[in-house]
Amino acid sequence: MTTDTHTRMSDEQLEKFGEEMDAIRQRVIADLGEADASYIRGIVKKQRQLEVAGRALMYLPPAWPLAVASLSVSKILDNMEIGHNVMHGQYDWMGDPGLNSRMYEWDNVCPSSQWKYSHNYIHHTFTNVLGKDRDIGYGILRMDEDQKWHPYYLGNPVYAFLLMVFFEWGVAMHDLEVENLVAGKRSISENKALHAGIMKKVKKQALKDYLLFPALTGPLFPLTLAGNATANLVRNVWAFNIIFCGHFPAGVATFSEEECEDESRGHWYYRQLLGSANISGSKLLHLMSGNLSHQIEHHLFPDIPARRYPEIAEEVREICERYGIAYNTGPLHRQLGSVAKKICKMALPTRRSRATDPGTVVDHKLAA
Amino acid sequence: MTPLVQRVLSSKLLGALTSPHGVDRYLEQINPMWAATEVRAQVVEVVRETSGEHPVATVRLQPTTTWRGHRAGQYVQVGVEVPGARRTTRCFSISSAESGPGEEFTITVRAHAEGLVSKFLVHDAEPGLTVHLSQAEGAFTLSESPATPTNNRLLYITGGSGITPAMSHLRTLLRDGYDGRANRKVTFVHYARSPQDQIFAEELQRIAWADNDVSVHLRYGDDVFTEAALGRLVPDFRATDTWACGPAPMMDLVREAYGDSPRLRTEFFKLSTRPAGTESAEGDVTFARDGSTAANTGESLLEQAEARGLTPEFGCRMGICFSCVSRKTEGTVRNVLTGEESSLPDEEVRICVSAPVGDCVVDL
Repeated sequence: MTTDTHTRMSDEQLEKFGEEMDAIRQRVIADLGEADASYIRGIVKKQRQLEVAGRALMYLPPAWPLAVASLSVSKILDNMEIGHNVMHGQYDWMGDPGLNSRMYEWDNVCPSSQWKYSHNYIHHTFTNVLGKDRDIGYGILRMDEDQKWHPYYLGNPVYAFLLMVFFEWGVAMHDLEVENLVAGKRSISENKALHAGIMKKVKKQALKDYLLFPALTGPLFPLTLAGNATANLVRNVWAFNIIFCGHFPAGVATFSEEECEDESRGHWYYRQLLGSANISGSKLLHLMSGNLSHQIEHHLFPDIPARRYPEIAEEVREICERYGIAYNTGPLHRQLGSVAKKICKMALPTRRSRATDPGTVVDHKLAA
Repeated sequence: MTPLVQRVLSSKLLGALTSPHGVDRYLEQINPMWAATEVRAQVVEVVRETSGEHPVATVRLQPTTTWRGHRAGQYVQVGVEVPGARRTTRCFSISSAESGPGEEFTITVRAHAEGLVSKFLVHDAEPGLTVHLSQAEGAFTLSESPATPTNNRLLYITGGSGITPAMSHLRTLLRDGYDGRANRKVTFVHYARSPQDQIFAEELQRIAWADNDVSVHLRYGDDVFTEAALGRLVPDFRATDTWACGPAPMMDLVREAYGDSPRLRTEFFKLSTRPAGTESAEGDVTFARDGSTAANTGESLLEQAEARGLTPEFGCRMGICFSCVSRKTEGTVRNVLTGEESSLPDEEVRICVSAPVGDCVVDL
């Protein structure tokens, strides 16, 4: 694990570090313009073309695999490079309602408004703070040693597998906080409005993917239905894997609530850096992951257009080297292997004592 | 597009099939002039009306079939992509006679020194350019149908580019009246800085000379609006249906002259008053929905709103989650993270990291 090697930074160092991050941010924001606009519009065009092609190819049974592939890629682009990033407000500066964080709705059963709350606010603000960031295990899994073990977690790998297969449904139910409902910390009435929103979106998604488009292909109904379901499944599996590589590979740090009380901007950046991991790979991988392969840069600058992350990454790495901060990156297979190992390991109770636990790295004094 | 195609495009089935993005997000990829609900237009022609420091141009627009037409005196929101790929939207009065659904119309625009959109339309717009539109809006309209006129006299008092909505009235009256006549007495008084700045000069002269019941009075320079002068033209002006549109000082005088007469209808486009970029807290901050106005404390809009007992939605309070985005309708705000100032009206801002610079109105 790399966590043991993290240097502890003084308040002054943190402040300087924060200023360097702010400088990157300001420079990129001042430079946003035509190139970013034509990039995202180009991606949207590709996504629409792939979607239409996928729907159309369903009429040709021999082309079924191609139809599914096309629709899968379309859904992945829609959810990741377009949806996730647009809903972060990365393109709000364009003033285009079609690419505005407040207007965009993605091809996914989770209503964008609910996702924006749990993701943009809860997850991005309290990244990897145990007890605050519900993305640590999504209320279903044990992904950190500081999460108390319970015999329920023996099923950790099984739950993870199910979450992967039904990922969009898991994301949709995320805000209902079912685990808190079970624990009696949340009442059913609090979920009423959320529930109605989810059902409305689910109906729309199910209507087009599982009824209308299949019906439009007449006798090919079952084949189209299966094709659409497969495309949703492919998107689920891919998105799950990319997202789990963002925060759960070995070496990614978690934090306690006390550590982050009244934290400075520098410390916030520091926490985002330590709490995220990148995936190295080709341009295609970056595109298909919505540039979440640059999870570190995304967490440092969530509202900067994701296409800028590769260029920012070089600077961030250089800064990390200077401050002696570990920069967690690796190829997809290695990060995935590491995540899988953690999922299995966390199924069993932790033997180590809290004192030597390398999962938590930040000195309490730092948070002052 | 034929009505049948339009019906299909806006059908529930197509809506369900294209959910969650909607039909227009697909149509625009093929042809920007195809739309099911959105309104866009292509620039057909740009005609320079005046030159000089702040030139004026008339932009003829061919809207999509979704355009529902306009009544004389209405305005339309026009969104253009200004350099830097930022779509910016402003309101412009329509200058042409009433249009029907899908019919061409014109806007007449003065290139203001700080007007991003107006400058773009006057200097850079070329035939073929696509612009984004709203439907026609506004109540500065001819309250009687020009096709079935009464004998009521009509009076127009306009200043500068405030002539545009009145021009739409006049053109509609002359087109739809009887044989090129307005069919009632119309008095048209216009104030311009100079003859060189006069918009529609030729057409106004033609209207003035023709036998059409319209009397045109053009005033230049220091010959500004006075109640006495109006009284000489139209003695019972307070009892005459009047439409006035022009710059703020003129409008103040007109309102004063009319007192509480219900016959006066006004249209007024405010230019944002922007103080020089100062960091000290000046001006007043108004929360429009709450209706409260208080001195700017220099804190973020969110903090100032909370200090007044409001509870706007918020999340991270550090500018990353966009939960608190609200509409700033007037004034300048400074992004406390980047120091960047922005004065666009009707702008969505993150109130947790936006501090007002001078007077500011936010829809909270």
